[in-house]
Order: sequence, then structure tokens, then C-alpha cells
Amino acid sequence: MNAQAILSIYRFEMARFFRTLAQSFISPVISTSLYFVVFGAAIGSRIAEVEGVSYGAFIVPGLIMLSVMTQAISNASFGIYFPKFIGTIYELLSAPVNFLEIVLGYVGAAATKALFIGVVILGTSALFVDLQIAHPVAMLAFMILTCISFSLFGFIIGIWAKTFEQLQLIPLLVVTPLVFLGGSFYSISMLPPVWQTVTLFNPVVYLVSGFRWSFFGLADVPLGLSLLAILGFTVLCLGIIWWIFRTGWRIRD
Amino acid sequence: MAAMVQIQDLHKIYHGGFQALKGVTLDIEKGEILALLGPNGAGKTTLISTICGITRPSSGAVTVGGHDIQTDYRKARGLIGLVPQEINLEPFEFVRNTVAFSRGLFGKPRNDGRVEEILKTLSLWDKRDSRIMELSGGMRRRVLIAKALSHDPRVLFLDEPTAGVDVELRRDMWDIVSQLKADGVTIILTTHYIEEAEALADRVGVISKGELLLVEDKSRLVTRMGRKELRIDLQDKLAAVPDTLSDYNLDLAEDGMTVTYAYDTAADRTGIARLVAAFSAEGLVIRDLQTSQSSLEDIFVTLVQETEDAA
Repeated sequence: MNAQAILSIYRFEMARFFRTLAQSFISPVISTSLYFVVFGAAIGSRIAEVEGVSYGAFIVPGLIMLSVMTQAISNASFGIYFPKFIGTIYELLSAPVNFLEIVLGYVGAAATKALFIGVVILGTSALFVDLQIAHPVAMLAFMILTCISFSLFGFIIGIWAKTFEQLQLIPLLVVTPLVFLGGSFYSISMLPPVWQTVTLFNPVVYLVSGFRWSFFGLADVPLGLSLLAILGFTVLCLGIIWWIFRTGWRIRD
Repeated sequence: MAAMVQIQDLHKIYHGGFQALKGVTLDIEKGEILALLGPNGAGKTTLISTICGITRPSSGAVTVGGHDIQTDYRKARGLIGLVPQEINLEPFEFVRNTVAFSRGLFGKPRNDGRVEEILKTLSLWDKRDSRIMELSGGMRRRVLIAKALSHDPRVLFLDEPTAGVDVELRRDMWDIVSQLKADGVTIILTTHYIEEAEALADRVGVISKGELLLVEDKSRLVTRMGRKELRIDLQDKLAAVPDTLSDYNLDLAEDGMTVTYAYDTAADRTGIARLVAAFSAEGLVIRDLQTSQSSLEDIFVTLVQETEDAA
């Protein structure tokens, strides 16, 4: 194991993040505040409570999930796409490292950044609403797992993408709609029965549901299923990345 | 002792079907400088990329320091430093960080002192906290070399290191290469500047269309392949070469004032003395004599031409 290499990649990627720390910090604070103004004040005034939780507090887990997922994907996909784009990937390919070490470095850094954003949003939310977290350890575990699995997913997108447009395509066309339709801002029990069934095919539902359970003890789907979904997604992404490096797909002819 | 780099019947067929290497076999000895010459698209970069792990071999085997590049890639790659042809660098990064990053990537513990030494050798120390984008093209090339040297490689690949750099930097680069050789580093450089190969290399390999046409000791190559030319300036204009001199295959210049005689230095007799005597017998007055030796460049052009004609 080339631990030194993992650390080098991780540090190098994090350095980029720290150079723009203010931006990294301010943008989630502002966007979270906006969500609270729009969803919390405007819509929330018409929806008093969802299953005994004030609407403002109810949307917090969904808000965190939305940002964590999109941040993890964009950080990880950019992290590996950029060296490909400017050609510095030659160094990774000629270094004494295996795929796992490359992934640990890049995905580790992307997940750390996403986790940071998640915690900032959690902190900002606490300024707006009265938050109680029923299962703090589970909450953290869910957040970390989501950061990791979506960073893995982003890494795949970064290798797949041949242009900057493609890099944006999946997050924009697939992930954002799935998150918005995945019960981030409502309980799926509020939907008509047909749509409840349709929604169950959306994988994000399981993540948001499990995460929300860790806050309020409320879940749309059984907790075990949520855990299974996120672990399954992680394993699937890891498998795809393993295949990519074994075949050299889009990185090594 | 076994060669530092052993290449055994290496083939590379790219995904699109292009055959870039057609069975290259080559041993590179420890501490030598090998120059690979060849026209664009000959397979020089593919050969280097395959040894370094950027592309995979289609068949054949390569060992570096006795380690197979596929089954024992960690040890093999750990010995190698690569300076690519393209200036691939992250524009927003700082010089010192990017060099330290390379060192870490190759598994070496952080060593600020060593990085400082390397930057100083390459006259980059003043630029250590500059962003890559602020550097000139020549400076960026130095950064590439610094990155390649950051983990103290024993084998250094320089892929056209002086393409498009000014004379001063080229001289600097040659000094650096000589210094590395003195330290026992094995160096493989590709170039299409023949003078570079002539100035630096111990051995010269000529590659064309994916095949290694020859590898030879530089000086021996020049002697073996080298033809010398004797230029004879005449006192009076000559209309045609006299029949008595036809055996010499003389080449008469258009103005009729110069005759050129090509001869092989490796032959038993050069025939110069007899030729001069024959000139006197014909009553031709010689004003001046001049000999010249063909350069690596001439040899190279001839070789590539011959293969193309044969194909």
C-alpha cells in the first residue's frame, strides 16, 4: 500500500479547497438561508407540521442531503476530470499506485469537502429552526456514507465525461430531479397513492428517509432498507471503478 | 550484470487498430544515455508511455531494474522518472507544491530539503511560490523535469525535452543530463534534433514506423555508416569527367569547377592517392582539396529513406 501517495493526493486536492475556503463556506450558508426563506417562511406558513415536526425542521435533512449529494458529485467528478482534461493524469498513470489508492485520495478528499458543506448547512439550519437530533451517531454515519458513495459516483462521471458539458449533465439531469422528487422537502405519505408507489423506485427516497429518521425518528421506508440502499450503491460504484481501472476504460489505452 | 531496462519483443496496437510498435527488442545499460531518433509518429512516445505505464503493451515484456512493468509495477515505476513531451501542468498550482506532490505520489516521504535542492539545480528556486500559469514556457519545462526528478529516479525518460526551447535552456538541459549521468542515472531521450543526440548520447537508436532499425554506439555508428566526401576544386573548368576517371564515380558540379568523390573510411583503401595521381595524368590542376564526414543526421535520413524504399 502506497499510503504516502494517498496522502499526497488527498492533501493536494484539499489544498485547492482551502484556497477557496471562504467561497466554500459562504455559498452553502447563503443557499441554505434562501431555502429557509422560500420553503420555510413562504410554504411553511401554510404547512404547519409534518407528522408532528415543524415544517422548517422537517426539511433540514433533505436540504443537507441535496447539498451533500451534489457537492460530492461535483467535487469528485471535477477532481479526476481536471487532470484528464489538462493532461496531468500521465503522472497518476505512471506512478507506483493502484486504483484503490487513487480512489482513496480523490474520493476521500471529495467526501471530506462534501461533509464540510453538510456540517455548515446543519449549523446554519440550527440558526433558523429548533433542531433536535434523535440519533446523532446514525445521523453522522448516514451523512458520511452519503458523502462517500456519491463521491464514488462523481468519480465515475469524471472518468466517463469527455467534455465539461457531460460533466454537468448527469448531476443536472438525473441527480437534482431525483433529489427534489425524493421526498427532500415533503413526506411521501403526503402524495397520492400512485405517486407513492412510483417514488419508491427513486433511490434517493431511501437515503433521505434514513437520514430523516436519524433526526426525528420518522421514516418513509424501513431503516434497514435505507441502509441497504446506501451500502448497495457504494458497492456498485466501487465495482464499476474497479472495472474501469482493470480495463483502462477512458483512462489507459 | 543485467541491463537496467530490458525490452523484449514489445508490440503495441492501439484501440483503433493502429500498430504503433512492431516488436521492439532493446537492452538499455545502467548509466548510459540512449537517444532514440525517429520522425514524428515513429513510435518513440508510445515506447516510452508503455514502459512508464501510461499505455499497456499488447504483447511482449519489459523489465526495469529487473522488475516486470506489469506484474511488479510498483517497484518498476518507482525507479522511473518521466518528462513528457507535452507541458502538462496544473495552471493554478504552485511550483513547490506540485513538485512535492510528485514526490509523494511516488511513495517517498516528504523532504523539503530535497525538493529545494532539485528546484535550485533547475534554477527554479526563485519561482518556488509562483503559480505555474505565471511561468514562461521554458520555466514550465523545468518544472516538468523537477517533478520527474522529485523521487530520485534511477531511470529517466526525456520525451523531446528540448522541443521548442531556446538555446540557453537547451544548453542548461544538456548540463543537467550530463550531471545525472555522472550520478549513475540511466537516461533515455527522444529527439529529432540530431545535434542533441550527437552531443549527449552514448548510443543511438533509430526508430521508424514502430520498428527499431538499429541501435549502435554513437561513434561507431558514425564510422560504420559514415561516408567521407572528398571535394576537389579545379583550376580550370571541366566539361565532362574523362573516361579514365569513370571508375571513381565522380560527381561533377554544374559549374564544372568542382568534383566530388565519395569514399568509405572503413574500406581497405580509400583510393585517394590513386585518384590524385590520375588527375595529374589527365593534366587536371587541383586548386584545393576538402574532406567532410556525414553527420548523424545524414545517416538517419539515409536509414529512414532506405526502410521506406524497402516497404
